[in-house]
Amino acid sequence: MSGNGYLYAAYAATWIIHIGYLATIVSRYARLKREIEELKR
Amino acid sequence: MKRTFPILGILTAILLSYALYQALVVAPTEQTMGDVQRIFYYHVPSAWTAFTLFFINFAASIYYLAKRSPAADIVALTTGEIGVVFLLVNLITGPIWARPVWGIWWTWDWRLTSTLVTWLIYVSYLFLRRFASGGQTPTLAAATAIFGGLCIPFVYFSIWFFRTQHPQPVMGGGGSIDPRMMHALLMNWLAFMCFAFLVCWSRYRLEKLRREVDAAHALESLKDVARSAR
Repeated sequence: MSGNGYLYAAYAATWIIHIGYLATIVSRYARLKREIEELKR
Repeated sequence: MKRTFPILGILTAILLSYALYQALVVAPTEQTMGDVQRIFYYHVPSAWTAFTLFFINFAASIYYLAKRSPAADIVALTTGEIGVVFLLVNLITGPIWARPVWGIWWTWDWRLTSTLVTWLIYVSYLFLRRFASGGQTPTLAAATAIFGGLCIPFVYFSIWFFRTQHPQPVMGGGGSIDPRMMHALLMNWLAFMCFAFLVCWSRYRLEKLRREVDAAHALESLKDVARSAR
């Protein structure tokens, strides 16, 4: 891999980790909303 | 209040883009390492952001132990979880930089090992919070967090006290840095801090809602018991 390859890999890895974590927050919100709907019934 | 979050989100996105531009375009190319040195603009601010979050986690844990405040417990959980994410970024980007510069992905020197151990302590803190049951979980978690917080100065000063392969600190290490490099570094740290603040805010709201739903479930169960007892 060239120097630029390592650079892009590091920046891509950073945002993959952050977006992956944000996705877990969104999915937890969705699950909680479903639970709230069930509680309301 | 409803508008504050999207506005801050847009401002943070602009700041992150500006910081990325500073890191990739404006900051000069380092003479020995070349472009691969630019990994430093994500690697170092990720560590600083993680340590700031762990410091808040440490303070919130002490406050929780002193006052038993549920809000402090949520702040501790939130900052601990997001700190783990930022330190993971630091642990991943470090070896990607080390491979072309040192010729190896990893070495068991003081800085790298102490960072990995600190990350593992906070991962175990999150496992404890996730899988332990009973009323004592927040207290045990707070004690673990205080232990983790005490490791942070050791990680930071390890490169001062021991001979390590890791480069010396950017600030306070006695060396000098091009002002454009320092500007790019500080801009990325500011952008990461704003991003971390927004993620903490979302996670805090999620956890607060989670606890309200759990309390509602508990109330429903009590009503069921009362109904069946009649």
